[in-house]
Amino acid sequence: MKSAVIVFPGSNCDRDMAVALEKITGQKPVMVWHQEYDFPEVDFIALPGGFSYGDYLRCGAMSARSHVMKEVIKRANAGVPTLGVCNGFQILTEAGLLPGALMRNANLHFVCRDVEMTVENGDSMFTRNYEAGTTVTIPVAHHDGNYFADADTLDRLEGEGQVAFRYNDDVNGAQRRIAGILNEKGNVLGMMPHPERMIEPALGGTDGRVLFESVLHTLG
Amino acid sequence: MTDIQITPELVKEHGLTTAEYDRILKALGRTPTITELGIYSVMWSEHCSYKSSRIHLKKLPTKAPWVIQGPGENAGVIDIGDGQAAIFKMESHNHPSYIEPYQGAATGVGGILRDVFTMGARPVANMNALRFGEPDHPKTRHLVAGVVAGIGGYGNCVGVPTVGGETNFDASYNGNILVNAMTVGLADTDKIFYSAAAGVGNPVVYVGSKTGRDGIHGATMASAEFTEDSEEKRPTVQVGDPFTEKLLIEACLELMATDAIVAIQDMGAAGLTSSSVEMASKGGVGFELILDHVPQREANMTPYEMCLSESQERMLMVLKPGREDMAKAIFEKWELDFAVIGHITTTGKLTLKFKGEVVGDLPIDSLVEDAPQYDRPSKPTPKRDAVDVAAPADLGKAVMDLVGGPNLCSRRWIWEQYDHMVMGDTIQRPGGDAAVVRIHGTMKGLAISTDVTPRYCYADPVEGGKQAVAETWRNITAVGALPLAITNCLNFGNPERPEIMGQFVGCLEGMGEACRTLDYPIVSGNVSLYNETNGKGILPTPAIGGVGVMADIDRMATIGFDRAGDMILMIGETKNELGASLYQKEILGEDKGLPPLVDLMVERRNGDFVRALIENGQVTTCHDLSDGGLIAALADMAIAGGMGASISVGDELPLHVQLFSETQARYLIAVDAELATTIRQEARDAGIPVTMLGTTGGERLRVNDGAIDLAMSDLKAAHQGWFPNYMNAAE
Repeated sequence: MKSAVIVFPGSNCDRDMAVALEKITGQKPVMVWHQEYDFPEVDFIALPGGFSYGDYLRCGAMSARSHVMKEVIKRANAGVPTLGVCNGFQILTEAGLLPGALMRNANLHFVCRDVEMTVENGDSMFTRNYEAGTTVTIPVAHHDGNYFADADTLDRLEGEGQVAFRYNDDVNGAQRRIAGILNEKGNVLGMMPHPERMIEPALGGTDGRVLFESVLHTLG
Repeated sequence: MTDIQITPELVKEHGLTTAEYDRILKALGRTPTITELGIYSVMWSEHCSYKSSRIHLKKLPTKAPWVIQGPGENAGVIDIGDGQAAIFKMESHNHPSYIEPYQGAATGVGGILRDVFTMGARPVANMNALRFGEPDHPKTRHLVAGVVAGIGGYGNCVGVPTVGGETNFDASYNGNILVNAMTVGLADTDKIFYSAAAGVGNPVVYVGSKTGRDGIHGATMASAEFTEDSEEKRPTVQVGDPFTEKLLIEACLELMATDAIVAIQDMGAAGLTSSSVEMASKGGVGFELILDHVPQREANMTPYEMCLSESQERMLMVLKPGREDMAKAIFEKWELDFAVIGHITTTGKLTLKFKGEVVGDLPIDSLVEDAPQYDRPSKPTPKRDAVDVAAPADLGKAVMDLVGGPNLCSRRWIWEQYDHMVMGDTIQRPGGDAAVVRIHGTMKGLAISTDVTPRYCYADPVEGGKQAVAETWRNITAVGALPLAITNCLNFGNPERPEIMGQFVGCLEGMGEACRTLDYPIVSGNVSLYNETNGKGILPTPAIGGVGVMADIDRMATIGFDRAGDMILMIGETKNELGASLYQKEILGEDKGLPPLVDLMVERRNGDFVRALIENGQVTTCHDLSDGGLIAALADMAIAGGMGASISVGDELPLHVQLFSETQARYLIAVDAELATTIRQEARDAGIPVTMLGTTGGERLRVNDGAIDLAMSDLKAAHQGWFPNYMNAAE
């Protein structure tokens, strides 16, 4: 499985994502700098966490309008599996690949800790190795993870099985405790928790590893 | 600009004494320009020149076979094997953090990060040591909130995990909080960069952010006491931009992978002035700078402002000739300013030109070597008498009050606001004895701890100095790592008062002795004096940051009990040492008597024994004993492990002494019964006191058949609850 990690100025989980992808897929991902219009054809695109453009203006707003994102949008729309974690999720919503927005945490504080969440959809290419309904523990680290969308959108997401993960307890004020969502086609996943930080017992667990294994399982 | 008349008032406003100004006149043989006066003022400030502390700092032990670079560079460097070095330093940002807590703390983190990556290291961990006033003081809550948000705001954005630290409250910090930030980085031993400029004609290059009018005279502010009008000093606090810092780290490390750099130094306190003078001084050369070429954020900046600005996220480099274009391309890729602003000369002077005129022409030696040094009078702290410390009215309540009080409760509210996991190598998260960060791509780990007990330093500076060093050593040992070296941040009151100098000299004496006995040298540090408001000084607070290495992160100890039915053993002996203890202060509201005496040979013997048990895989649950004594450590281990414990202590000493005494060199471990027997025998053979206390498990914390009998759920709620309850009371 060939993958690419997109790097923006201020990304800071790009290395963590690359380490996880290499460890689990056995192949080093291509690191793609934001000014690169076209990058090699890959099976999987990851938008890592961090503070691209310092979170200035709005989290993810400037990255969503970068050169490389035009290409990412094109490929995601053509069906290439695309994962956005944390700042990557914010970029996906700003780029219009996923609905809704991520607002400042309800208590206004940055939060970094392990959280429990339920796998709501166990059939997607990102979650098929999990069993639907199980609780997994994966850390969050964000200031702006409070997912918001209007009620119709939320109902649609719920109805179409697009809610991938839901926090067991309120973490940041997110509507319906949503932690991660899929697009309609199921090839784009945005999530606030960091699966790349839970890939080995030394880091506290392996619940995040299963997500990458699901993708590998799907793509081979 | 050059027309400004230098008057005695102007000299005084620059924090220079008449004697110091006479020294300047003599060195120059003429009246300085206003720019020159400003430069002398910052270079000779306490903050930059260490004029009150230098003669004492020289006495500290700084050498060991594994020390690559001791004090005097941007940060200390130690060899950690396999061709790698750990580079680290701790620095204060006390004065600015009191005036503007968010930006003060944030730029403190930014500054210490630059000190470390300027030497070629990728920063891998941030730590801190924070002191606030008493919780009831009207400013405390606001300061805690601002400082924590500032540290998080900067560190989280830069993407370096903040893995731990310490936070305490005491009334002596009501008007002077302490914000000490530490960064640890990793580099290859053959890729370390230094600040000594060399090569006549080589270009002097400015990179990073533009220069603005912020932070002018920050160093001078940090060298004076606070008064009622300190609020007016807010404009001297710098504003941080962690996004630019992140770009600067990546750009510098990218350039450092080439061979273009001769010397590099960050622009910290006193900005462009201090960095160019230090680089020139270390290299024994002169600098000629064309100030017109300095990237400027604001219009019509004067040479004075450009030289004294403390705008953040800037670096100064000397490049090899002909490498400018290649270097420039790297900084342009990262969208940072890059400007050749001068070159190296043979004059031994700092020559500043602006609009074709010479606006400053200063002998480097005069600014550095010639800076005043004071052997200030010092008065040793009088020895206290030993006292008997009374038992509490209610033992169980005393335990609850301590464990659920401001100084021992969980700091989770703080560290959950720090990204402590980014970079994917945090093996031991905050809340334990020491943070452990894996050395990327290996099985080795760096253990880091920051500690000091100001109560002890105040009661007996020599013992307190020893204890601060010993406690970091013990904390690093308790996770299974070998302590290698320390950095320090020496926070004291006004050195012009003999009793404060007495505290300073005493603490340094104790620290030096501990470093020597424990083979644990000092490789970097920082001094922050004048932590006083209206003549009232802080408790002497020499914060120590220790770094150690473990060979295998799979052989590491954590504090939480992990199996019910384990035996709890105490390594080390408990003495009647309740003077200056946390129990005495918090429960009895007193501060008297002798602090615990630090027997460094015992510390070393007991610690080496415990570390060996962890290294050989026998022990995975261990906690050192410190503030609050045995019962506080036991409660920590029970809460972290989610299970209770039941212990019995003998009657050689009164029960409250056994439980709350703060005797040093002690550890608790928990192991299965069979191993407990083996370890007890091994300890006896080695002549190390060991006591079998009891067993783990159950839902209660019990001592001596019900003398204390607390529900774990209550204890945990008190421990976890204090901080959020306190902070939320404001919202």
